[in-house]
Amino acid sequence: MSRREEQKKKRQEFIAEKGVICLENVSKTYSAGIAAVDNINVSIKPGEFVFIVGENGSGKSTFIKLLLRELKASSGNVYVMGQDLAKLRHGQIPKFRRQIGVVFQDFRLLSDRNVYENVAFAQRIIEVPMDEIRRNVPTILATVGLAGKYKAKIKELSGGEQQRVALARALINQPSILLADEPTGNLDPQNAWGIMELLDEINAQGTTVIMVTHNREIVNTMHKRVIAMRKGVIVSDQEDGEYIEED
Amino acid sequence: MRKISSLFYVIKQGFLNIWRNKLFSLASVATIAACLFLLGIFYAIVANFQHIVMKAEEGVSVTVFFHSDYDTCYRELGYEHREEYQHPAEKIPSKQRLEEIGKMIAARAEVSDVKFTTDEEAWEKFGKEYFGEDYAIGYEENPLRGEDNYEVFLSDVSMQGALKHWLEDIPEVRKVNADDSTASTLSGANLLIAYISIAVIVILLAVSIFLISNTVATGIAIRREEINIMKYVGATDFFVRSPFVIEGMLIGLLGACIPLLGLYYMYDYAMRYLMTNFTQLSSLLEFLPIEQVFAFLTPVCLLMGIGIGFFGSVTSIRKHLHV
Repeated sequence: MSRREEQKKKRQEFIAEKGVICLENVSKTYSAGIAAVDNINVSIKPGEFVFIVGENGSGKSTFIKLLLRELKASSGNVYVMGQDLAKLRHGQIPKFRRQIGVVFQDFRLLSDRNVYENVAFAQRIIEVPMDEIRRNVPTILATVGLAGKYKAKIKELSGGEQQRVALARALINQPSILLADEPTGNLDPQNAWGIMELLDEINAQGTTVIMVTHNREIVNTMHKRVIAMRKGVIVSDQEDGEYIEED
Repeated sequence: MRKISSLFYVIKQGFLNIWRNKLFSLASVATIAACLFLLGIFYAIVANFQHIVMKAEEGVSVTVFFHSDYDTCYRELGYEHREEYQHPAEKIPSKQRLEEIGKMIAARAEVSDVKFTTDEEAWEKFGKEYFGEDYAIGYEENPLRGEDNYEVFLSDVSMQGALKHWLEDIPEVRKVNADDSTASTLSGANLLIAYISIAVIVILLAVSIFLISNTVATGIAIRREEINIMKYVGATDFFVRSPFVIEGMLIGLLGACIPLLGLYYMYDYAMRYLMTNFTQLSSLLEFLPIEQVFAFLTPVCLLMGIGIGFFGSVTSIRKHLHV
């Protein structure tokens, strides 16, 4: 068995034992001495759908940034897909991020490029051959319901459509994990539910979905695992949970 | 194969970035063009000034006279009549020794040319210049008899003093004529040009780098969001950086070509204007031909433009890569 195969096997064993995402006693303290997350322990199994809820400043965004290795934990261990993120070198981060899809509240699309170019971009950077990109982009655009709008400029799309483009870009490389940071935050209820249906479908196909949200209605209707955070600490973690209001 | 396709992709993105960020590109091109234009004008002026000084230096010469039976040094030595002063025979050079001295002078590094003039030639030249073709009428013998001399031209006028001392130490040499003030004025002018050139080029370069790095930094800060998106979807530093670097180099190239074209036409026009409207000036001063100015200016401006674009983009983007 080659070294690479051995590492892969070890990772799979780790994922089976501790989950696709595993945080052990993780704290993140900013330079001002403020603890954004304080000694949290979380394990997320492959294929789970998890809501992260909490008020502003509860540590939700820091949690997502730690998973993306945008931030390094001050103490504790962060494992994603069996990889210890503390041991990742700067040059290894791009390859690691390609296994994770990410969508944001503000969509973060390249506004000077059209729908096709925005989605193709995620494949272009991992050097997928052009003919494959030409096949993959229409397929993923059809999945998110934008098959007819591939030529449209980003500015010409509604908020819901822009978030679908962001989802298509996040999914085109078939990530194992999808991180969604308030993906419905800027959408009206109809579009928000459209996005939630898509996320549910993606999750049903085996992708682990972690969604940060403030939307109580969505959390309470979806009946998924809910992790509630307050002041950097996990205050509840329930299967089929509900959005608990703060006192 | 994939690497080549990626290379073409980032090159294409570099070109497209210029179009996508038209205003920023225009501002950057204008900044680089303005700085290189000033540098070009300054170089053209300095190069011409130096050329004129160099031409003037070429005309500066030292004349070396030798002891002879006929020379007039008895007056310089305080004798009233030639007969009162007896030359030491060993100081009068033979024809062979004169040739030998000529070769010794020509072999010196600061000497560009040595011309021997016999006393006959000297009288003919002098006579024709001052009295016309009938200069010999009324003279029984050559009044410049014994004035055989070497006219020594220098490649470096600042060495004139040293050469004069060396010549005076040759026993057969009676007198060395040299215009010290011309030599010192010209070498002073040369030194002044060198100092001014260094100072102005350093100031212009510093201003250029400051302006250009600010423009590039502003442009990249505007597109910080775009860089963040690239990093989130897993783009390597090469993929993020390359289009910006290519964009920077293209902007630098454009910023260099524009002032070069402008300067070419301006220089050409200025030369033709001077030649036609100031004919007196053009007969006195010899300006550098356009090909000679641009043989230096073109590669320097292109390299500076591309270099500024390259380093400006590389240094400005570095701090945005750690996302």
